[in-house]
Amino acid sequence: MARYQGLDFYNIDAQLTEEERMVRDLVRKWTEDKFVPIIEGHARAGTFPTHLIPEIGEMGVLGMNLHGYECGGMSNVAYGLACQELERGDSGLRSFVSVQGSLVMFPIWRFGSEAQKQKYLPKMAKGELIGCFGLTEPDFGSNPGGMLTHAVDDGDSYVLNGAKMWITNAPLAHLAVVWAKLDGVIRGFIVERGDAGFSTPEMHGKHSLRASATGEIVLQDCRIPKDRILPEVRGLKGPMSCLNNARFGISWGALGAAMACYHSSRDYALNRIQFGKPIASFQLVQNKLAWMLREITKGQLLALHVGRMKDEGKVTPEQISLAKMNNVDIALQIARVSRDIHGANGILDEYPVMRHAANLESVYTYEGTHDIHNLILGRWITGISAFE
Amino acid sequence: MKIGVCLKQVPATDSPIKVKDAVSGVDLAAVKMVINPYDEFALEEALKLKDAGIATQVIVYTVGPADADARLKDAVARGADILVRIDDPGLAAADSLGFAKALAAAAKADGVGLILAGKQAVDTDNAQVPAMIAELLGWAQATECDKLEVAGGGFKAWVAAGGGTRDVLQGSLPAVISTDKGINSPRSPNIKGVMASKKAPVAVKDLAALGLSAGDVAAKVSLKAWGAPPPRPAGRILQGAPAQVAKELVGLLRSEAKVI
Repeated sequence: MARYQGLDFYNIDAQLTEEERMVRDLVRKWTEDKFVPIIEGHARAGTFPTHLIPEIGEMGVLGMNLHGYECGGMSNVAYGLACQELERGDSGLRSFVSVQGSLVMFPIWRFGSEAQKQKYLPKMAKGELIGCFGLTEPDFGSNPGGMLTHAVDDGDSYVLNGAKMWITNAPLAHLAVVWAKLDGVIRGFIVERGDAGFSTPEMHGKHSLRASATGEIVLQDCRIPKDRILPEVRGLKGPMSCLNNARFGISWGALGAAMACYHSSRDYALNRIQFGKPIASFQLVQNKLAWMLREITKGQLLALHVGRMKDEGKVTPEQISLAKMNNVDIALQIARVSRDIHGANGILDEYPVMRHAANLESVYTYEGTHDIHNLILGRWITGISAFE
Repeated sequence: MKIGVCLKQVPATDSPIKVKDAVSGVDLAAVKMVINPYDEFALEEALKLKDAGIATQVIVYTVGPADADARLKDAVARGADILVRIDDPGLAAADSLGFAKALAAAAKADGVGLILAGKQAVDTDNAQVPAMIAELLGWAQATECDKLEVAGGGFKAWVAAGGGTRDVLQGSLPAVISTDKGINSPRSPNIKGVMASKKAPVAVKDLAALGLSAGDVAAKVSLKAWGAPPPRPAGRILQGAPAQVAKELVGLLRSEAKVI
């Protein structure tokens, strides 16, 4: 297969800064050289390639759009481009980086005390400390405000009880940002590996995101010092602001998975001979490829525009919802059509398409399900909330 | 010791190259430009010498217009310290010797003790500039080096000697050494480097700043015409039973293609 070149039908490259292009290219090269050759083995085994974490840290993608504390200080567009290239490798890789940067480093950076920032952020940027984010519970997914996990003020410490589920990176994590109710108000707490009563059993049996470590967070009379509460935020807007950043990254990441499927489909269609000619010469196949090109190009314009608005500090959560919802939706459809173009070969892990399709089923649901994003837009249009 | 690295921007080797016509050369408008891959080895070798404490500063030189700055920024993102771009209308029609004169003058002015460059640029494949710089400066040289040791004011360079053998050359600094593949694995920049490159200045020098005139770099070689390479003749497909075809193929490879 030819070396991966991405897809840039509308010369969107010209809209990027030189630094953004450099970041895109360095992450693309690393993904191609270091990650793509090993991903299928890890997906089969159901393991995250933890040996690559130091390299991921060295690359500088962890917390790359945060400023100070040895973080990258890059634009949100650069962060999006990195997500795109990482997810072209695998959604599990992009999830690892999204969780670390957007869901753990970001709330510490935004809502943490100076001491918390100094303690965690430089090491997290290097990948020396890995974090996870505990919001979703077994019975509270789309409705996180109903969470049961709670904290009790006990003199010089807080005592946490509850259970979180579907937590990316939990089995690997050195620390968790856990959202729990204190006197009925949602607050963020930093729980460290080694705190008594904190455990992260791994979840098994996934057909999707197999190369990603997913676990639970179990808090059983988990006692933490008082300086581990995030002092600067109260209520659901804390975790929601994190999700907003992660959803933004996903809107780019999904395009990477879609581009991987497009790339594989085009190569396959040009090389697969049936009825004496490449299947790429059949109109039905060309129609599918043209549709992929169309949807990816639209998704790229959407992602870039949202990214520029985010860099100007003018983007709304609804605008990010639309980008996440659309780009994951088209990526999932593209992955399915791509599997179809690959015929029976499409189900083999000799090709990346079925893995992407299976991964994107998770991406379609996590970080706000497709339907919830529709309801967020429905509320924006009508002023009536369908879910509150 | 300061190390100078000569770096040229070239079309990416997987870019489709089209010849516009016999006079005006190739169409580079839609072509992705990259650092010449052999120069990446030279840059990496310089950065390794800096990591090892042998070099104090890595100065990167290129000849060309402002769009070459992006390649220089790439070099600084990987760890180079100073960026110099030589740009002068007088160089527009220069040949290898003219470029070598400009690069030699710039490196000499900066007091570098070692110049590293790729063994050739993959665009026009002249492979002349490193040797010319050494001659112009009267320095030792080693070309097509795939292993290098620098210590105590001297160097040891392993260079291709033909037929799969290598000579080991020993010499004293200052020197010019051109790098071949196999010498190292060039590092990629990281995001910190990219951020640093954003602010890195590029010193632009014209011929006058280097004590040269347009006449000094005037081309001695004239280019007669541009053209695409002739199309490859169609291949031949042998038909028959596999055992028969294999035998026939080996015979043809030996007698006709003369490759075994």
